[in-house]
Amino acid sequence: MKTFSMGGVHPEENKISTSAVIESMPLPDQVVVLMNQHLGAPATPVVAKGDQVKAGQLIGEAQTFMCANVHSPVSGTVLKVDTCKDAFGLAKPAVYIQVQGDEWVDTVDRTPDIKRQCDLSPAEIVDKLKAMGVVGLGGATFPAHIKYAVPPGKKAEYLIINAVECEPYLTSDHRVMLEHAEEICIGVSILRKALGVPVAHIGIENNKPEPIAVMTAMARQFEGIHVEPLRVKYPQGAEKQLINAITGRKVPSGKLPIDVGCVVSNVGTAFAVYEAIQKNKPLVENILTVTGKTLPVQHNYQVRIGISYNDIIRHALGALPETAGKIISGGPMMGKAVCNLDAPTVKGASSLLVMDEAESRRQPETACIRCGKCVSACPMGLEPYLFSALVRNGRFEDAQRRNILDCIECGCCFFSCPACKPLTDEIRLGKNKVRALMAKKK
Amino acid sequence: MHSILIAMLVLGVAGALFAVLLYFVAQKFKVDENPLIDEIAEVLPGANCGGCGKAGCRALAEAFARQGNMDGLKCPAGGDAVAQKVAALLGCVTESAEPMVAVVRCRPCHVGDQALTRYDGLKDCSFAHSLYTGASGCSFGCLGLGSCVEACQFGALTIDPATHTPVVDEDACTACGACVKTCPRGVIELRAKGRQNRRVFVGCVNKEKGAQARKTCDNACIGCGKCEKVCPFDAVHVDNNLAYIDFSKCKSCRKCVAECPTGAIQSVGFPVPPAKPAPAAEAVAPAQGQAVETKLQSSTLNS
Repeated sequence: MKTFSMGGVHPEENKISTSAVIESMPLPDQVVVLMNQHLGAPATPVVAKGDQVKAGQLIGEAQTFMCANVHSPVSGTVLKVDTCKDAFGLAKPAVYIQVQGDEWVDTVDRTPDIKRQCDLSPAEIVDKLKAMGVVGLGGATFPAHIKYAVPPGKKAEYLIINAVECEPYLTSDHRVMLEHAEEICIGVSILRKALGVPVAHIGIENNKPEPIAVMTAMARQFEGIHVEPLRVKYPQGAEKQLINAITGRKVPSGKLPIDVGCVVSNVGTAFAVYEAIQKNKPLVENILTVTGKTLPVQHNYQVRIGISYNDIIRHALGALPETAGKIISGGPMMGKAVCNLDAPTVKGASSLLVMDEAESRRQPETACIRCGKCVSACPMGLEPYLFSALVRNGRFEDAQRRNILDCIECGCCFFSCPACKPLTDEIRLGKNKVRALMAKKK
Repeated sequence: MHSILIAMLVLGVAGALFAVLLYFVAQKFKVDENPLIDEIAEVLPGANCGGCGKAGCRALAEAFARQGNMDGLKCPAGGDAVAQKVAALLGCVTESAEPMVAVVRCRPCHVGDQALTRYDGLKDCSFAHSLYTGASGCSFGCLGLGSCVEACQFGALTIDPATHTPVVDEDACTACGACVKTCPRGVIELRAKGRQNRRVFVGCVNKEKGAQARKTCDNACIGCGKCEKVCPFDAVHVDNNLAYIDFSKCKSCRKCVAECPTGAIQSVGFPVPPAKPAPAAEAVAPAQGQAVETKLQSSTLNS
């Protein structure tokens, strides 16, 4: 069975919410839709205070290249166009909407029928992805229309669908595969057509036997979809590692997957693509896992964007457990701690992980004993202990020469460090400083 | 005995030969260094803080000696005393600059000890700044992780454990500016020390709109502009929802301090008034004999 060649770790899987069926989250009284829910510049609001909007209506328009459209997730009245503090407390432009009923834009097909036929040309598919505001749902929220418009001079040979879900705790992709296997396969076929590649590979780690069985059976009914079970190892879901695991190719330092003929998309994105292209439904909903070791119940929800973390917690758990130490958006390895629970959820929010006070605390840091565990764990072949020393001494140019910018911030070094040194933090700090230095030189 | 003598003789002759050789080599390859450099380096503080923008004190001394005057060069850490000494060595005159001191423009109303905002990552402000608002919940204010304390070569900064913000030791601070460069949020500013070490400044850097700022922190500047209106010297200006006091115009009358609805404007170094501020204010003002000053005092008394 395949896996990526270098480094990697095996964190405790904790996939405790796999059996929770996806439920629909009821609408709150008010939602706040942030204008930058994607990588790149914020969208420009195209509604004003007092406007009536329907669910699926365009409210933020992409006016620059690296940007994505934002649509209203609910129907109601626009209360104001202002700033709102995001999950990390930083003010971002946002549209506040008072929810009234649940009326959708007429073009959206809300029926449960599955639509298999797609007659659009590759260029039309990319344009529709742009119009529907589809972004990558694997975490980076990279606008899909940019990824699938392959730059001239480059050719895609592989389409890889990332259903690895290597982060502990997360089960949203797991559930989507079980419940929407056919839609995913249609979405993958559409993406395959957009790129013009003969075969799409769906990579699934073999700790998910049920989704592997369901997807393999479904893929047989489609042309050019191949399900690839992978040996469990974190961070297999990282783009470069997944490419290596499936194709054996290595993305060179500073290059993009397309430079080695690969395009990687998350399985959730494939589902969103199906809904956008076949059902005309813009990206206004996420599948979100609410989980935690100490929670009495585990949930998988279909959540409209713009619903606040507090609303989700109230609906799922009633109240936050008193022992809660950290709320994490994303998985425990790469996710970010949420410090403002009033913040709205955004596209690509895949989980709300409640960690116990004791579980969330770091161990005290001791001295590096030069054991080299971080070096063996690093899936990018870097030397984290060295970056730590270079960053602490302000030697950012040396760090840049040793390819600090190749770090994918997967957290394997910190996870494996017996001295509990905050290696990933230091490298991230180093990357920030190196980028600042590079910008200064330009 | 015999062998010892031979060894001594051989080594002695070799030593003498090398000494002569070295003398001539030294004469031949002698580098003439301006003796002024050593003299200037002697009077500089020698902390190599980098506040002057040079690699260290000796680099600054070389720059002084090369240039022959003090234009554009300055030892911020040494202040006036060092400047006068260097000027004497260079044989030029220097106008005495106003002594400066670092001030911390943040006073969070609460420390934010909720579990969700507590931070146990890398103790580095610029890293925490790239992640989130900070434990206080303010995205403009002090993060309290002490990067400025580490940057200070003079031990002038300490983190107050009660407020989680840095405190400046005014006697130790040399205004070298290392902390100002380090702070990712621009919370620390160099200001004129002021007469008798008395200063008035806006202790907040929050640029949010009034209501938002108030929600974030009780002590925040809400940009209401009352201070701007009350200032008789045109020293206070509100820009982008934040007041700023120009220390070159401020006469420390403290009218704005009394007017500020949130207590964001801080006055430092003034004696604590027993009951009414009037007598203290009178005692404070030095005899300047300027019309403005007198007018100011009478107005302070009246208010």
